[in-house]
Amino acid sequence: MQPALNPDKDQADYVFLNRWAIKSNEIRRGDIISLISPKDPGQKIIKRVVGVEGDLVATLGYRKEIIRVPEGHCWIEGDHTGHSMDSNNFGPVSIGLITAKASCIVWPPSRWQLIHSFLPDSRVPLNLVSKSIIGIVQF
Amino acid sequence: MRKFIFSTIGSVGYIIKYGCVAHCTFEYVGDFVMCSGPSMEPTIYSDDILLTEHISALTQRISRGDIIIAKCPTNPKQQICKRVVGLPGDKIRVGFADSRIVPVGHVWLQGDNTNNSTDSRSYGPVPQGLIRSRALCRVWPLKNASLLTN
Repeated sequence: MQPALNPDKDQADYVFLNRWAIKSNEIRRGDIISLISPKDPGQKIIKRVVGVEGDLVATLGYRKEIIRVPEGHCWIEGDHTGHSMDSNNFGPVSIGLITAKASCIVWPPSRWQLIHSFLPDSRVPLNLVSKSIIGIVQF
Repeated sequence: MRKFIFSTIGSVGYIIKYGCVAHCTFEYVGDFVMCSGPSMEPTIYSDDILLTEHISALTQRISRGDIIIAKCPTNPKQQICKRVVGLPGDKIRVGFADSRIVPVGHVWLQGDNTNNSTDSRSYGPVPQGLIRSRALCRVWPLKNASLLTN
């Protein structure tokens, strides 16, 4: 998840995982969430939500170039593109696997901050990109 | 008046304490689940109540043939009750000639009522992380109470 979390290689960030934030199963794009790995149920991973159900996502190295995220699933990616075990590897993940949302960094003290929803422009789902282009044309 | 306040605080404390114990039991040890829908007939009928245990799901000791309760992969608010047919690495026949291999970390779920069940044949293998518990026995209706493990 570099550089949003663990920007230093040798210093680990501790985050506060908020379980209540996902009780309603409302997952938003750009949130950082923790989930049970679909490949290994004993492992927990932390990723950023890139697409929610119904979104058209341009994948990076998945077997399909463009995928529509199926019902009840989301598309998750690590920020460190290419060095991350994420949806580009195992495909869309079921929302039921999500355990919590990371809401703030609590340790080390020099990195105290809330984690804000953020999605790089290059990773915005295609269905939203085309809408914003239309918006610009109308403007 | 003082005595009344102390006794109120005391009973609230008891409620919280036993609430926590109950929560931990239902979350990590076992609970009761009411099933609805036809997908597991003739093993389980609609509105049967099952006793389930969470320990084998938490320690990932699910074996072939177990009846499990899992979160539905397409709708996280819904739970499904199915039989584990395939474990990672198993080859599953789908349709006439097609076959699929269950990927690592997943299971293949099917209802016993093959003709009327939405299961892995429609949504594919299910991640093991979605499994919540394993059904042990049926407790209601009483005259049909029986073990579901074999």
